[in-house]
Amino acid sequence: MAVAKRTFDVVVVGAGGAGMRAALALSEAGLKVAVLSKVFPTRSHTVAAQGGIAASLGNVNEDNWHWHMYDTVKGSDYLGDQDAIEFMCRAAPEVVYELEHYGMPFDRLDNGKIYQRPFGGHMQDYGKNPVQRACAAADRTGHALLHTLYQRNVQANTNFFVEWMALDLIRDEDGDVLGVVAMEIETSEVMILQARATLFATGGAGRIFAASTNAYINTGDGLGMAARAGIPLEDMEFFQFHPTGVYGAGVLITEGVRGEGGYLVNKDGERFMARYAPNAKDLASRDVVSRAMATEIKEGRGCGKHGDHVLLKLDHLGEDVISHRLPGIREIAKKFAHVDPAREPIPVVPTAHYMMGGIPTNYHGQVVAPYKTGPEEVVQGFYAVGECACVSVHGANRLGCNSLLDLVVFGREAARQIIEDLERNPHHKPLPHDAAERPLARLARLETHKQGESVAEVGAAMRNVMQVHCGVFRFPDLLAEGVQKIREVAERAKNTAIQDQSKVFNTARVEALELDNLIEVAQATMHAAAARQESRGGHARDDFPQRDDDNWLKHSLYFSEGHKLDYKPVRLKPLTVESFPLKARVY
Amino acid sequence: MKFRIYRYNPETDAQPYMQDYELHIEAGDMMLLDAILMLKEQDDSLSLRKSCREGVCGSDAMNINGRNGLACITPLSSLKQPIELRPLPGLPVIRDLIVDMTQFFKQYHSIKPYLVNNDPPPETERLQSPEERKELDGLYECILCACCTTSCPSFWWNPDKFVGPAGLLQAYRFLADSRDQATAERLDNLEDPYRLFRCHTIMNCVDVCPKGLNPTEAIGKIKDMMVKRTV
Repeated sequence: MAVAKRTFDVVVVGAGGAGMRAALALSEAGLKVAVLSKVFPTRSHTVAAQGGIAASLGNVNEDNWHWHMYDTVKGSDYLGDQDAIEFMCRAAPEVVYELEHYGMPFDRLDNGKIYQRPFGGHMQDYGKNPVQRACAAADRTGHALLHTLYQRNVQANTNFFVEWMALDLIRDEDGDVLGVVAMEIETSEVMILQARATLFATGGAGRIFAASTNAYINTGDGLGMAARAGIPLEDMEFFQFHPTGVYGAGVLITEGVRGEGGYLVNKDGERFMARYAPNAKDLASRDVVSRAMATEIKEGRGCGKHGDHVLLKLDHLGEDVISHRLPGIREIAKKFAHVDPAREPIPVVPTAHYMMGGIPTNYHGQVVAPYKTGPEEVVQGFYAVGECACVSVHGANRLGCNSLLDLVVFGREAARQIIEDLERNPHHKPLPHDAAERPLARLARLETHKQGESVAEVGAAMRNVMQVHCGVFRFPDLLAEGVQKIREVAERAKNTAIQDQSKVFNTARVEALELDNLIEVAQATMHAAAARQESRGGHARDDFPQRDDDNWLKHSLYFSEGHKLDYKPVRLKPLTVESFPLKARVY
Repeated sequence: MKFRIYRYNPETDAQPYMQDYELHIEAGDMMLLDAILMLKEQDDSLSLRKSCREGVCGSDAMNINGRNGLACITPLSSLKQPIELRPLPGLPVIRDLIVDMTQFFKQYHSIKPYLVNNDPPPETERLQSPEERKELDGLYECILCACCTTSCPSFWWNPDKFVGPAGLLQAYRFLADSRDQATAERLDNLEDPYRLFRCHTIMNCVDVCPKGLNPTEAIGKIKDMMVKRTV
């Protein structure tokens, strides 16, 4: 089959916060850019972010980037790379002001400055007291940010390929990335998009779990494509369970609720976080709160008929705070939990939320992978930003509000790096003759394979295995079994069949292609989790309850081929300041 | 539980038709989207858009028992059976419940949906009082689902000329922003027999907006601004 080809300077895959921040800078620089998105840009999952974007503006109380950096390093359980963390925290005020200048409708203080609220793990004076660092637009910060970036891209005439799905990366013999093969969903047309720079901003993969705050589109497409092209995935064992997903529905309730003064109670009405984090209490970082909740439930202090959740109480905040600062939460609680939080508490449970791991990059957004010279070697032509990337600024556990920040800081920085790299590299390399072979084979299988299990069935099996075997607490026997079971599911995924063979907006085909990506991510997560014999951040082992810096202060690298694991050192040296030394993590 | 769903695949169907489906479930706490996805497990050719499943992305707008809404936040128990699902009215159908939204976004883009401020940006944020910021409430929350615009008879008659409620709500979002400096240009852009003035305050848009926004009110305020500047 002959495949049409188009040529660009840059192909950006994904139009969430990171992809659109990068696209904006690239378009404004006059480059020929194609931005591919499975959905219309404002439908990207950034839209669901609620609580805020972290920046040490100091609008409410004294703050500075050093404190923000310390909190982020501590929050990461010391697995974050301190050069990247310094870079992000220093850039934070500037990128937030930039968003404001773009028109983002932040809430305001009486003096007209941007409103900031407290958030988990964000403290003053190197961990002493909670600080108001989360810049917020009510509880719709992601929506406000994403729409603002889209609007700005409209102004910049950015070239969006809406409802196009990237299928696979194109790499040549030298390992350089030369673009992607993609499919227009409306017509099923397959096309080669050749580019001198390919930037992935494809988001997370929360859909590997049965109970997830994530949208249906969060299927780890970028990770799947990278893994199939031989690029390792970093720190995949670290998955964040958000403390407050609505019980049953999984829909997110922002940590901003606790930032505004809400708190968690068990069946005895006890504010139990005081026992686990005497200083920060409900504003301890997410891994700590989720483990506390899971422990309360495990020890019989959960709420409800089955004792399988806890309650988030906020009625004491009063009508005014709830309707002004948390209107979206009230809407969600009414719709999905059938309670009005101004009167009754919301039933909540830890819910899979955020992937700390991803495609390994440096803090310029360049993808790095061991090839000839070592693990920090740049993969030419390939960049990744946002949740699909592992810079790593979040290490073993991300702080709330650092994700929106990550998107805009590294979206902007990757664009700057691309512009610089393209000046040195003005010509397209020739494409390998088999550039489209892998994706065409994947599509052909779906076309010819008429008998087999449904995609929905195999997908459900995968989500169930991940949920049972790789949750908040991880047990050695369950992990060992999980590795086996996820391999079996992966085998089953090779034999799925779809009935719909139409060329017109074939969503069954899209879901089958997404399953390939989910399976890559699920396997990476399970293998890396089974191998890491310590507890750190979002990875809590029942058999190794302590952090083990002597043996495990290192990033994992998972290679899809042979499920091989390798490790690389954490970059403990910041750019200009002293390293934060390793300490026990207490909130 | 009985469903009647609009089906159309241009490759194979000469005409659209309604297909009956049945699910043996209790409505319980389920949302309509959950039920449609169960139907899709039986028949993977049933096509729709979906993403966030919590009413913030705007993907799964459709016509539900004659009324536009988002499937993911419509409780199944609130619906009379057979539950009749059709694509959003007034836009070309691509397939089943999926419509071509090109015209809708074209109108949105036509109002220049971005802040215009030609002053050099300050080193920190531009100041805006809480009262000024409050003017944007009820405007910026739009999720571009098109429930309102595709329920508007004026848009059905003149989709190429009338901006429609979603676009006009956003036009007012920027007119109302104390930081924006393009008021005159924005009003000029709407000064036309069709673009703004085809709104006849039918208020279908207000009735169906899944976010509880009020485009008619915003349109009224734009009309006021037009009147004031001619006086």
